[in-house]
Amino acid sequence: MTQAPADLRARAEAASAHLPGLILSAERLAAMVAPGAHGLRRAGPGEDFWQYRPAHAGDTARSIDWRRSARSDAQFVRDREAQTAQAVGLWVSAGQGMGYSGAPERPAKGSRAQLLALALGMVLLRGGEKVGLLGQPARAGRAQAARLAEGMTMAPTAEDDADAPPPEVLRPNQRLVILSDFLTDPAWVEALLARAAGLGVGGVLMQVLDPDEENFPYAGAVLFRSFSGALRHDSRDAEGLREAYLARLAARRDWLRAQAEGAGWHFGHHATDHAPAQALNWLYRVLGG
Amino acid sequence: MLILGPLGFAAPWVLTALIALPILWLILRAMPPAPRRVAFPGVALLLGLVDRIPVARRTPWWLLLLRLMAVAALILAFAGPIWKPVVQAPASGPLLVVMDAGWAAAPDWASRQSRAERALSEAAGRGRPAALLLADGRGDPGALGFAPADTLLAGLRAAQPVAWQSTYPADPQAALAAMPEGRLQTLWLADGLDHPGRGDWLAALSARGPVTVVPPARPVRALGLHGGDTPSLTLSASDEAAPAILAIGPDPQGIQRDLARLVPGAPVMRGGVTSRPTAIDLPPELRNRITRFQIEGESHAGAVVLADDRVRRRKVGLVGDPDRQAEGQQLLSPLYYLRRALAPTTDLVEGGLGDVLDSAPDVIILADQVELAESAELAQWVDEGGLLIRFAGPRMAAFERLVDEPLLPVTLRQGGRDIGGALSWGDPRGLAPFAGDGIFAGLTAPGDVAVRAQLMAQPSPDLAGRTVAALSDNTPLVTRLRSGQGQVVLFHVTANAEWSNLPLSGLFVGMLDRLVATARISAAEERADDRDQPFWTPETVLDGFGRAAPAEDLAPVPAADLALGPGPGRPAGIYAAGERRVALNAGGEITLATWPGAAVENRAETPGRDLKGLLLAAAALILALDALGSAALARGGRVAALLLIALAAQPASQARAQAQEAPVLNPELIRAADEVALAYVLTGDEAIDQTSYEGLTGLSQALRQRTSVEPGQPIGIDLDRDDLSMLTFLYWPVTAEQPAPSPQAYLRLNHFLRSGGMILFDSRDGDVAGVGGPDMSEALQSLAAPLEVPPLAPIPDDHVLTRTFYLLADFPGRWQGNPVWVEAPPAGAEAMEGVPFRQLNDGVSPVVIGANSWAEAWAIDENGYPVFPIGRGWEGEQQREMAFRFGINLIMYVLTGNYKSDQVHVPALLDRLRVEEELGP
Repeated sequence: MTQAPADLRARAEAASAHLPGLILSAERLAAMVAPGAHGLRRAGPGEDFWQYRPAHAGDTARSIDWRRSARSDAQFVRDREAQTAQAVGLWVSAGQGMGYSGAPERPAKGSRAQLLALALGMVLLRGGEKVGLLGQPARAGRAQAARLAEGMTMAPTAEDDADAPPPEVLRPNQRLVILSDFLTDPAWVEALLARAAGLGVGGVLMQVLDPDEENFPYAGAVLFRSFSGALRHDSRDAEGLREAYLARLAARRDWLRAQAEGAGWHFGHHATDHAPAQALNWLYRVLGG
Repeated sequence: MLILGPLGFAAPWVLTALIALPILWLILRAMPPAPRRVAFPGVALLLGLVDRIPVARRTPWWLLLLRLMAVAALILAFAGPIWKPVVQAPASGPLLVVMDAGWAAAPDWASRQSRAERALSEAAGRGRPAALLLADGRGDPGALGFAPADTLLAGLRAAQPVAWQSTYPADPQAALAAMPEGRLQTLWLADGLDHPGRGDWLAALSARGPVTVVPPARPVRALGLHGGDTPSLTLSASDEAAPAILAIGPDPQGIQRDLARLVPGAPVMRGGVTSRPTAIDLPPELRNRITRFQIEGESHAGAVVLADDRVRRRKVGLVGDPDRQAEGQQLLSPLYYLRRALAPTTDLVEGGLGDVLDSAPDVIILADQVELAESAELAQWVDEGGLLIRFAGPRMAAFERLVDEPLLPVTLRQGGRDIGGALSWGDPRGLAPFAGDGIFAGLTAPGDVAVRAQLMAQPSPDLAGRTVAALSDNTPLVTRLRSGQGQVVLFHVTANAEWSNLPLSGLFVGMLDRLVATARISAAEERADDRDQPFWTPETVLDGFGRAAPAEDLAPVPAADLALGPGPGRPAGIYAAGERRVALNAGGEITLATWPGAAVENRAETPGRDLKGLLLAAAALILALDALGSAALARGGRVAALLLIALAAQPASQARAQAQEAPVLNPELIRAADEVALAYVLTGDEAIDQTSYEGLTGLSQALRQRTSVEPGQPIGIDLDRDDLSMLTFLYWPVTAEQPAPSPQAYLRLNHFLRSGGMILFDSRDGDVAGVGGPDMSEALQSLAAPLEVPPLAPIPDDHVLTRTFYLLADFPGRWQGNPVWVEAPPAGAEAMEGVPFRQLNDGVSPVVIGANSWAEAWAIDENGYPVFPIGRGWEGEQQREMAFRFGINLIMYVLTGNYKSDQVHVPALLDRLRVEEELGP
């Protein structure tokens, strides 16, 4: 899990090099894209001129554009295009289980998840988006990539197996990318998605798993215990447990997918023995789609 | 006992536990090995899952088999398995138990007792009459009484071994007269040694019935003492082991302890007995404190030798002129020959007569000494029993008042005579055969011993009586006179090879040994008439186990009995008569017993071969394998692999260690030896090494031009690697940064110095340090400290180095005026008349030490031009010339030694010859 920010950043640069800058798509956005701020193509609070419209009742005298009104008899009001501060929040689980790697040649889940998150962040930054770790201010610009890498590697490992993003940090006009193994109690997902749906926040859930967790290649008498040691399961015949485990894993994924789609989110999963570019492509497609 | 074929079980009921093995099989099958511990983040998904088949995975069959085998081995082991057990056949008739009770039976006395007790108990159980013959020589000489066996047990338990050899009643027939009816079964617990009467008893008992002999469980070892001039111990043993011999005595605090451990010598096999003569090679102070010798690990009286006066060695004082220092000259010293002859058999004390007298020697030898200051004390010492041996010599021959010299056995004529010299007509005289009844009787005089000069005795009536050895013309060679309790002996020749070659012959050693042997030991020596004392009172006696105890109720022993050795009534120990004490020792030569016609019980086979230990070891091994197998299951074979790797890695490393090559002789060194090349020490400083090379090149060139010495290219020597034995001269520039050579290098350097090599140490600082003397730099001191450098002195004016080729007064190099140090001349050297030089060192000084930076003065480049400037102008060039001259002188000195020193006598010799010519006919 622990790695130098520079190292993480270098690898993330490599992973994200082949993707053009990503600009978040938004269902409600039209083609016009202002970097950093998404014009909503309707009048509203914003910086840019949108239209002059005749003043209705209820418009304050302050809002009347007197220069335009002077050229005719009617009073016009100068509308500005409504702009939102659209930002992406990245969250990588720091649960103890994320440190797991089934084989020495495979990276730990946590480091793969960080890599994906940072690579995605870089692609977004290259597209001019504002990116930040969840709970931290989102900023644009290349320098933010360094801050992201630092923030990820400096994040303390949770003491528990489970780790969940605090739902209160959700803000409107945000897109979330949640990277976790979702192997522990997933109640928080439900709560998070409910709140996100309420705020109109969309996002992606990505489950990062080790192949051992996807295939369960154990046999014989095995004493399974979680990384924190809080959970343990003693099996005399691990081979016999495989089907039940895989069924439970599939059920968990189905549940996650259902939850995500119900809230307008996306759900994907990634195994650490696959190339990170696949997952990055998928994220790129889903977020940019 | 359960017998199955060749296998017997002492506790067969334990075997019933084997029934439990099938049950164990089931239990073990149900107990799987420990689960693997896996850290797995997905545990949460597993929680609550139930194993489909709870005991799906069983213990592997091979692990099961291992465990069953271990348990089976344990059960078999505890059943007391015995390979080929011996089962005694029941017997009837009377039983006679013969127990050897001498010292040789002491080591395993308890097991002998229990063996006899077992036999008696068995006999008692069958109601057989029995008798016990304790062969300690103390029993009732009458007939043996046969009695119910259990009445004998008390007497058996009370029996103890004795401190003499086993002794049987004299007449077996009389002793067996009271034997009851029936075939007599005899159990003979032998001590393994042959004793008087044993054969008779064996024959008598064999005639009456079967004889079973129980040999000793352990080899018999005994220790004997050989008296004489060099007392020695003999370790006799029935096996070939060589245990150390402990010399025990009070230490300076008076506590009894092991003072020394003697290692037995080379074995001599005879009749199954291994004898190892062991020299008592100890310092006299230690030796005279020893009270007993004992074989290590043996506890019986035969393993103990009590020390009496015989163990002491004679102390011989040598008084003569101090040795000359140089190596070649020690062969001229009379003391050298005396030392070589006496050192093996005696303890030598050297020094002035007063010192020697103070050390209370048994013998004093004076080599060519007259007019002794302490002659009164010496005379008193001789009167009290000392042996004074004197040797003639040039000083005695030239002594004017020789007639008045005290402490001579005969009156001597001054001057002596030369026989067979260049200026005499007679041939050197040989030795007359020694008188058959004299002190040297039995020694043969070699035909090549010749005497060229001797001191003559004044003719007198008692001269013949005092002469103990004579020349072939009947002139005395050795004379002896008893004086008081002591005696004075005079050799009429020198103790070195100057007057005769007697000291070079083995006869000299024999004569001295004979003479020293007649010396009365300072304390009371056992004399031939000691045994004639009417009675000897035991002071300390040993029991059969070799433990000393005060003799309380023992009667004094007649001297005649004492001569028979230890026996009943006179156990081994210390016996005293008057002031004399003599030790009676039980051990000595041993003879092994043989038992024709008797059944010898093999102790090793009696209990059969016990398989318990083997089975337990097998069980432990199997359990270890089981542990490995379990670990392999739980840890995926990693542990086993590690073990295998560790085992495999070991031979590989050994093979690597052996693959070292022997060093090859440097061909450059062979060239240097061929060409008499000059050598210099590589200091590691390139500039200095280069200067050394150029300097020696310049010197070599000068030598080639001016002398017949034509050295080859100089050679640099790495002291740590190169062999020095082929070199003659080594130039050693001293630098502070130079690493000290290895200890092996110093060994080579010392050997180089001893075998005639020379090292020129050059501290190159022109004595800038200003300290003066050879300790001019710390580096030199630390480098030269491990070298065997003789005492040094600034080079004297008349040193041979000043005239080996050129006549020199100073020894300049690039600097001048600093002292050059060589081996100090001997203290007493004086110039002979008419010779301007002293007769100095006979050999070559092994080191020359200076600071004049000679190599820089000698150095020339490849064009032959000097490399370093010296001084200023013409004067400097003159100094360079003198430096070359010093170098040439030095090399001449190295190569020719004191040849030039001898040459300076030529004029004197010529002068003398001229005088003789004029005087001649």
